[in-house]
Amino acid sequence: MADPSYPEDLKYHPEHDWARIDGDTATFGITWYAQDALGEVVFFDAPKVGADISKDQPYTEVESVKAVSDVIAPLSGEIVAVNDGLADKPETINDDPYGEGWLVRVRLSDPSEADSLMDCTEYQATLE
Amino acid sequence: MIREADDTLTIYERSRPGRRAFSAPELDVPERPLDELLPSECRRDKPPRLPEVAEPEIVRHYNRLSKRNFDLDTGFYPLGSCTMKHNPKLHERIAALPGHARLHPLQDAHQAQGALELMWRLQDALGEIAGLPHVSLQPSAGSQGELAGVLLTRAYHEDRGEHRTKVLTPDTAHGTNPATVTMGGYDVVKVKSDADGNVDLDDLSAKADEDVACLMLTNPSTLGLFETGIEEIERIVHGVGATLYYDGANLNAIMGICRPGDMGFDIVHFNLHKSFTQPHGGGGPGAGPVAVSERIEPYLPRPQVVRRESSTNGKEPFFDLDYDRPKSIGRLRGFQGNYGVFVRSYAYIRSLGAPGLKEASETAVLNANYLLARLREHGVAEYLPAAYDRLCMHEFVLSGEPMRRELHVKTLDLAKRLLDHGVHPPTVYFPLIVEEALMVEPTETETKETLDRFAAIVATILKEAREDPEIARNAPYTTPVRRLDEAGAARHPVVRQAMQLAGS
Amino acid sequence: MTRYTSVTDTDLSEMLAAIGVGSIEELFAGIPAGVRLNRPLALADGLSEQEVFEEFRALAARNVSAEDEISFLGAGMYDHYVPALVDSIIMRSEFLTPYTPYQPEISQGGLQAMFEYQTAISELTGLPVSNASVYEGPSAVAAAGYVAKYTTPGRRKFMISRGVHPHSRETLRTHAHAWDMDVTEAPLSGGVTQLLELGDDVAAVIVQQPNFLGAVEDLEAIAGAAHEVGALAIAACDPLPLALLKTPGECGVDIAVGEGQSLGNRLDFGGPSFGFFAATEALMRRIPGRIAGETKDVDGKRGFVLTLQTREQHIRREKATSNICTAQALNALAGVIYLSWLGKRGIVELAELMLQRTAYARERLTAIDGVTPLHDKPVVREFAVELGAPVGQVLARCREQGINPGYRLGRDYPEHADGLLVAITERRTRADIDRLVAALESAVLAEREAVGVST
Repeated sequence: MADPSYPEDLKYHPEHDWARIDGDTATFGITWYAQDALGEVVFFDAPKVGADISKDQPYTEVESVKAVSDVIAPLSGEIVAVNDGLADKPETINDDPYGEGWLVRVRLSDPSEADSLMDCTEYQATLE
Repeated sequence: MIREADDTLTIYERSRPGRRAFSAPELDVPERPLDELLPSECRRDKPPRLPEVAEPEIVRHYNRLSKRNFDLDTGFYPLGSCTMKHNPKLHERIAALPGHARLHPLQDAHQAQGALELMWRLQDALGEIAGLPHVSLQPSAGSQGELAGVLLTRAYHEDRGEHRTKVLTPDTAHGTNPATVTMGGYDVVKVKSDADGNVDLDDLSAKADEDVACLMLTNPSTLGLFETGIEEIERIVHGVGATLYYDGANLNAIMGICRPGDMGFDIVHFNLHKSFTQPHGGGGPGAGPVAVSERIEPYLPRPQVVRRESSTNGKEPFFDLDYDRPKSIGRLRGFQGNYGVFVRSYAYIRSLGAPGLKEASETAVLNANYLLARLREHGVAEYLPAAYDRLCMHEFVLSGEPMRRELHVKTLDLAKRLLDHGVHPPTVYFPLIVEEALMVEPTETETKETLDRFAAIVATILKEAREDPEIARNAPYTTPVRRLDEAGAARHPVVRQAMQLAGS
Repeated sequence: MTRYTSVTDTDLSEMLAAIGVGSIEELFAGIPAGVRLNRPLALADGLSEQEVFEEFRALAARNVSAEDEISFLGAGMYDHYVPALVDSIIMRSEFLTPYTPYQPEISQGGLQAMFEYQTAISELTGLPVSNASVYEGPSAVAAAGYVAKYTTPGRRKFMISRGVHPHSRETLRTHAHAWDMDVTEAPLSGGVTQLLELGDDVAAVIVQQPNFLGAVEDLEAIAGAAHEVGALAIAACDPLPLALLKTPGECGVDIAVGEGQSLGNRLDFGGPSFGFFAATEALMRRIPGRIAGETKDVDGKRGFVLTLQTREQHIRREKATSNICTAQALNALAGVIYLSWLGKRGIVELAELMLQRTAYARERLTAIDGVTPLHDKPVVREFAVELGAPVGQVLARCREQGINPGYRLGRDYPEHADGLLVAITERRTRADIDRLVAALESAVLAEREAVGVST
């Protein structure tokens, strides 16, 4: 994705992760800023379905040719789905970070945690 | 069958069934049935699919490959932190002498006195250069020397009944340092650098506590700057009972001028493939001996090379391998280390002697400061300023951040364009605390003219970039291959030749 | 100036002027006086090239090398014939003097050689992924242990066979201590590994193939037992016998490592040589060391790069799969040249030659009164016997006749105090073996008589 983009319908974590919340489940990924800083993504270390993840803690890694980045969980919960398509085409994270480049889907353990996340305006302000 | 250009064919693609370079001699013992000696369930069905080529093809293949390599014997190689100094040709002649080259590592000590004496003398010389009395030659390379240092530290603390969990490293540390800390079973704690490029003494004080086992330091630092606060650093670290470890990667700046032992370091590692001219070989071999203080001596790896003094019947001193070391950390590797590297390094030390080693360091520092000065003169400093405005030691770091901002040319692009000018680029993007870093280490074996030429090349590239940044961004043009798709190589790694199934 | 530097007086004044200092001494002004060395190093003055050569020739003359005796010494490093083309290629400046190929555009020679080497190791071991070298055999075992530690988090034990080289067992212990892991030894029975009960606290099971006593192990059974408890199976292999033996890959082994010295490298009193490291596809992103990968450049031309660098210390730092930086590239190059020289048929012929001569030597030696085989398992190029006589004295007698019969097992295996490990390479002809037999026969006879053993 060539130009910066931060969809309004998402919530954002200061460590450059987004969450799309749908009731008591949410989808996570990394923001445009994160994929741009990383460069061409070459590998996504897929976590296991069923694993528990905690807000503010790293739950996986994304690699480019010359860098590795921890991916931080914006919210806590249990992983119910992992994006298998990224095994073959990890560059999808660069091309479509908010759509086909989603990383995991999680059943939230504490939906109220979402109150502490930022909206797109607040997040973009942190990038300046 | 992939039709590659001839010059990129692999040795496997040049193979043809039946061709060969080696034929085993006639069997000169009674032949027994294979099944009797090695039951079929032990045996592989098909032989390894090694190449099938005769000698001329092998020689031509590797000779042609060699011409697709840039090397130090051919051109300037200012790779910061690697000390790419000239590899004396004498050393290969010496290392090839059968008395050295065909000596079995398990040969009886009485039949290996030449080798053991050579090792003992090298230990002695390295100890003098480091200012520490006891040396082990065992570690295979700098990284293994670092690991030795961390394991020696662990053994030292454990022997005193202490179980510390942390090791401090500066944020400028070479990646091998934190990787070694983890392999040594410790947690890494980073210490900040101050605005002058030295270890931030306040940050160090705050982080140095009795849970810290060791501080790993490079001096001069990876920024090419001498730690002026080294005496205070020593006080702080020893004050909490931790060991002070010296990463000897930058020893080339200080031989005969100052010594880590005199600065208070407990453990020092050397990179014999850096300051002591072991050829880099495209990525090794090297060696990473360690020198230690008296209190660390008991923990040195096993075996140690020792000199047993002559007995009363007037016999000569006897050099031996001492295995009786009850507190030793044990072994880091087999046998007694990379002896072939010791031969070359000790030959260098004997060639230069005390005056020559000092002159090497003085010239390394002179050359680096001179190159830095020439780069400033050419107007290069506007786009590639020195990261720190002070005299450097044997290497210096420039920041390509202004070049990136104003000319839209990154350090990477500059490096690639340098390839078209027939020089090896400096180290790029290290140390991490400098934006768009470029680390330059000319070494002492380069002439003034080579340094002048390099400065002129950099100035030329910048001038070109001001006119058309695209040129550097798409460089190189004249090398055997141009920029490569590294992302593709990492996404779907192809790390071996695929073989045709039929006929294999 | 020395013969390696070039700063003339004229150069010096120009350089100091450009820098803006009056003397070289000013460049070191930042070094605190308290740590300056105020005397010359206590080392002799430098010597001319000729003087250095003479000194090192004299040192070499005090070593008894394989040139000076008929040697059957093995135990991890072997006196093979290295063809002349290996030396002539690796001595080329373009291979000898560059460093790691960080700038791939000007390092295609080295990178392609690594790719070809990786392929050869993959073929020998039957495992799909090989790195571009590690230091040598024993530390490769420890490096494999480090991978197992990572891939079986929480497990605290290694099970290593007593048949693994003593140096490898000790090296693993040294490393494992820092990882707070225990190393338990599986005993030998009848010359091969007897696997004890494996618990689910075992991270890896490690064996050697052939083992230190020369015996061929059942890798398949051992790998199976390891996998049953979720442990990794690691095999430390002698590379030339792999020309004949069922590959570790075929046997289900996860990681195959080994000492590469036999492949085109000299004895050099123990180093430098190289270690090889090969693994399954699943472990590709976890293994240590450089890896060369094939790709294309912007013009679509085939090229090679260092790949999967995010495993390594310069990127992943404290979380790297290893701290290794400089490895053994030149020695691995010698290895792949040698393997290309041997070729697909040559390596089999070489291994079969060693197999036959080893069988002959073993048969003739065990026919000597008092000498018994240590075990009856298949062997390939090395075997162990019990001499039935004090081994130190027997060896001394043989040495007098210019024969070095082999390695004293008692040094590492007290249970085999009179044991001798005999290694056969293609350089040991039938005539050499016959001389060994004659020398051992008379030495054993003499020593048995000396201690009053009836024959």
